[in-house]
Amino acid sequence: MLTDLLIALIVLTNFAMAVTSRINKAIQTAVVQGVLLGLLPLAMGLGRHPHILLMVASTVAVKGWLIPHLFRRATRRLKTPREVSPIGGFTASLVMCAVGTGLAVLLAGNLPLAPGSRLTLFVPASLSTLLTGFILLIFRRKALTQVVGYLVLENGVYLFGLMLVEEMPLLVEAGILLDLFVGIFIMGIVINHITAAFDSMDTRHLAELKD
Amino acid sequence: MAWFLIAFPLLAAVLAFAKASGRFRVRLLPVTGALHLAALVLALVLGRYAQSGVEAWLGLDPLGSWGLLVISVLFCICACYAPAYLALRPERDNRVFTASFLAFLGLASLLAMAHHPGLVWVAMETTTLATAPLIYFNHNRRSIEATWKYLIIGSVGIALALLGTLFLAYAAKLGGLEEPLFFTRLMERGASLSRPWLRAGFVLALVGYGTKMGLAPLHTWKPDAYGESPGVIGALLAGGVTTCAFLALLRIFAVMAAAGELAFARKLMLGMGLLSMLWAAVFMVRQLDIRRLLAYSSVEHMGILAFGIGVGGRAVVFALFHLAANALVKGVLFMSAGNINRSYASKRLPYVTGAIRRTPVSGWLFFLGFLAITGTPPFAPFISEFNIAAAALARPSLWAGAAFLVLLAGIFLAMGDTVVQVVFGTPPADRVRTPYRDTLATTAPLLVALGLAVTLGLWLPAPVGAMIHSAANLVEGQP
Repeated sequence: MLTDLLIALIVLTNFAMAVTSRINKAIQTAVVQGVLLGLLPLAMGLGRHPHILLMVASTVAVKGWLIPHLFRRATRRLKTPREVSPIGGFTASLVMCAVGTGLAVLLAGNLPLAPGSRLTLFVPASLSTLLTGFILLIFRRKALTQVVGYLVLENGVYLFGLMLVEEMPLLVEAGILLDLFVGIFIMGIVINHITAAFDSMDTRHLAELKD
Repeated sequence: MAWFLIAFPLLAAVLAFAKASGRFRVRLLPVTGALHLAALVLALVLGRYAQSGVEAWLGLDPLGSWGLLVISVLFCICACYAPAYLALRPERDNRVFTASFLAFLGLASLLAMAHHPGLVWVAMETTTLATAPLIYFNHNRRSIEATWKYLIIGSVGIALALLGTLFLAYAAKLGGLEEPLFFTRLMERGASLSRPWLRAGFVLALVGYGTKMGLAPLHTWKPDAYGESPGVIGALLAGGVTTCAFLALLRIFAVMAAAGELAFARKLMLGMGLLSMLWAAVFMVRQLDIRRLLAYSSVEHMGILAFGIGVGGRAVVFALFHLAANALVKGVLFMSAGNINRSYASKRLPYVTGAIRRTPVSGWLFFLGFLAITGTPPFAPFISEFNIAAAALARPSLWAGAAFLVLLAGIFLAMGDTVVQVVFGTPPADRVRTPYRDTLATTAPLLVALGLAVTLGLWLPAPVGAMIHSAANLVEGQP
């Protein structure tokens, strides 16, 4: 029951991100989503396994503290306007997000679950989060919002991964989390260079290379 | 031995990053490359591969050994060229360059030897992150744009590959398999995996790792990244990183094959392969930027690899052989193009013409590389392209084989148009000539690579042939 509630909240954060006009708000929402995801294994009643507790702690630390810290560092030096600059407006993003969620539910219906599994909402919610990530990646112009899109996409994948959380080897989980962190760290460095070179992080400047 | 192959280059990378002396760092590159290759060959000669048992996380099986051998040889050639290149660029600090360069080799070894889909994914993602600073080496606006596209598109692709890997794990869970899900176990119990999850997982892995390989239409980062990075990095990306991604994809393809989904997987590979070749051919026509031309050639050759796997049977052997052919010749092409660009301070027609008079050795190497990559005998790519075409004409259909041959011919013409102007045209009189001249250090590694490509075209050592054959069996689902 608590699991379903958390998943509903995660899907709601997707919609919130589709209509957020401020970069800071978008980042905060993505962080909230990450923390909700990180706590989900506890709601699933898996708190008794020590390796899962370790994973909950490290996920919440990375998604709730380290990554926002990296974002803060990237935004601090920014003098440019802090709007997300959507392509095609917020209504379009929201409609796409809603259609995407509908498609995710349809798609998930075609994939069988383990017999007796109570995790019926996981697959549609994870696919919906994945699609929201794509929407943010494609329909936002700022480099930083593209990173938020990537983070949301990764959250969608992570949500699916929770269905396998009991079986997955810790080595693999740790590797995935570390890669996410290092990935965003390197993206942050590149954003700093973009801001320095173009005095803006609008990706429209990044259109010199074409055929 | 497995640990040494992974840890040694990574330690060298840490050392390069920590050590203040630029000259020491530069010398570390060829030394690490040579030692890695020597250790790998020693491990293979001693027959230590596939000995580590089913329950091991790391080990050299035939597929991983072959892929890693290709990467290690290419790395050695690039690492022997890199010091000469860095000497031409004294204004740029080489700390990050050398560290990332060396780290790539360690991560590629991890990927080639990993027996667990999750570990393969981690290695692939880390390879992407480690190579991003190499693309940014020039530190200008164009290279930022290329790096950003490489990072974002690559990361999204690789996130989808992770989802595909998780789907595979869920398919195994429904089939009653328990972790750790080593590839050998997934293949043994292939029949019990849940079909819908397995198929969806393979499609996601194809999209994800296909993005890293640069299969059309997921290749959009490729012309930018290869065009804006130094020539030696283009060589390493086009022959090394793509080989890593191809290996990762083949591992999941093998699980599909063992699960009895070979026909489905082949169809997808065949389609992606032909689409990549078609796409590359279209963009190679009247391509004025020679580095972007080479990038599209890379898209084409990734298409040939996918096509060969899609045809199946004998073509798989030659697709695997093509990994080496492509890596060696792409090395020659990217690095000789880099030399030519340096002499003209440009990489575009009509500024770069008549290379054969300005930089005779690089000019000839570039031209011979072009002949080799488009399938002229006696170079290695001829063997693989000819045999893949022959196998495709017999099965699956005459049409696929005919389309393959028509595309190869079209690409030869499109690429030849630009290459002939670059190599044999009249040098522009008004273009300033930079002080760059071909030296032994900037051409000898390329001669070695071209020599190896000729050798492989004429003679394949029997143990290597046997290794490729067992790797091909593995890809087709017979461990």
